[in-house]
Amino acid sequence: MTPLTTLMLGKHPWVAGIPSDQVALIGDHAREVRFHAGQVIFAEGEHADRFWLIWEGQIALVLDIPGRGTVVLETLSAGDCLGWSWLFPPYRWQFGAIAVSDSRAMEIDGTAVRSACDADPVLCAAIYKRVSATTVERLQATRMRLLDIYGAPARHQWSDEP
Amino acid sequence: MTAATTPHRYRVRTREVETADTATLSLVPVDEAVETPRPGQLMMLTAFGFGEAPISVSGGNSDGTLVHTVQAAGPITRALHAAAPDTMVGVRGPYGTGWDVERSGARDLVFVAGGIGLASLRPAIWAATESKHHGRIVVLVGARTPGDLLFSHDLATWERRPDVALSVTVDQAEVGWRANVGLVTSLIKRATFEGSRTTAFVCGPEVMMRVVARALIDRGLSESDIRLSLERNMRCATWSCGRCRLGPLLTCRDGPVVRLDEAGLLDG
Repeated sequence: MTPLTTLMLGKHPWVAGIPSDQVALIGDHAREVRFHAGQVIFAEGEHADRFWLIWEGQIALVLDIPGRGTVVLETLSAGDCLGWSWLFPPYRWQFGAIAVSDSRAMEIDGTAVRSACDADPVLCAAIYKRVSATTVERLQATRMRLLDIYGAPARHQWSDEP
Repeated sequence: MTAATTPHRYRVRTREVETADTATLSLVPVDEAVETPRPGQLMMLTAFGFGEAPISVSGGNSDGTLVHTVQAAGPITRALHAAAPDTMVGVRGPYGTGWDVERSGARDLVFVAGGIGLASLRPAIWAATESKHHGRIVVLVGARTPGDLLFSHDLATWERRPDVALSVTVDQAEVGWRANVGLVTSLIKRATFEGSRTTAFVCGPEVMMRVVARALIDRGLSESDIRLSLERNMRCATWSCGRCRLGPLLTCRDGPVVRLDEAGLLDG
């Protein structure tokens, strides 16, 4: 870890509020990475052992659907965290990730952070709190999208039924 | 039928297909023109033989041309949506309140549109770009799929303009789509504006407007700085029938554009 890495890490919105000692612990396992547009970051079913805090660019979570091709489930941008399968067994990616545009991120060794969590309850709480918040936010967004609110025109244009 | 509810005859001059179920009609007066509507106001459009429906203004000119974007939803809007050039339609209005973007002064302006909601906001966005007195202009657009996005020409123009920050998101897309996939609230989180000095203009499905309103409040806007266009089952548009009542409001008179604190949309 370099002091610059920790400094950068501390400025990422996902890290905001984590005590500096714990930021330094995460920083011990972090490095800056870049992805070019179209680059596959990980594929569905592969071992999940890291996560990324996005600084620049856009990354798509994708799923291959037989007969339909690759579908984008969600896009993530600066300020977002990519990947949480590293935190929960069986530690396999449930979806794939592809860079939509040239992107820059902080890559963090999830296996090492998990071990650090076992030894540091403050770090553990901080990580689970943030992953939970991200999970809840995306679950709620997914529920809204499941409603297909744009796809039922009779419900959202002034009704012209008698 | 009284004078207030008698439609003026208009002729469909052009019909432009926007999406699989949505078309934009430009209408020119056959006899006397109606008063020029303000962005956000609505007109009652008659499809002769079917009935009349309230449709927001989606554009227009000072020469009396009216522009309406119609999504085929029920029998009347299906007939209007299908109206070919030279078809005669009835028009009365304008009714209700407008977006009144000019009242926002030097504040940042955030427009959030979902689906057909962009139709009502489009003339307000153009009005904002023609004014030099405001702060940033942020336009956030959500749709079901890339093919469901309205006004591709306008979106492309706004994307090129240095004074407009446009972000688009869809619920579903194939790989190769270059914009966002996700809920429109994710765009609010990322957009650049100063919440305490921002006025927001929101139009779309009501459930979308609720979550958007909460996201805007999280960004520092007060309820009185959030304006919504409400959908209600409007019939007379002349404050008489009460079909469009929302609590103490008649949306044909007090709306369709209301402040969030007036609408009570988040009150449960």
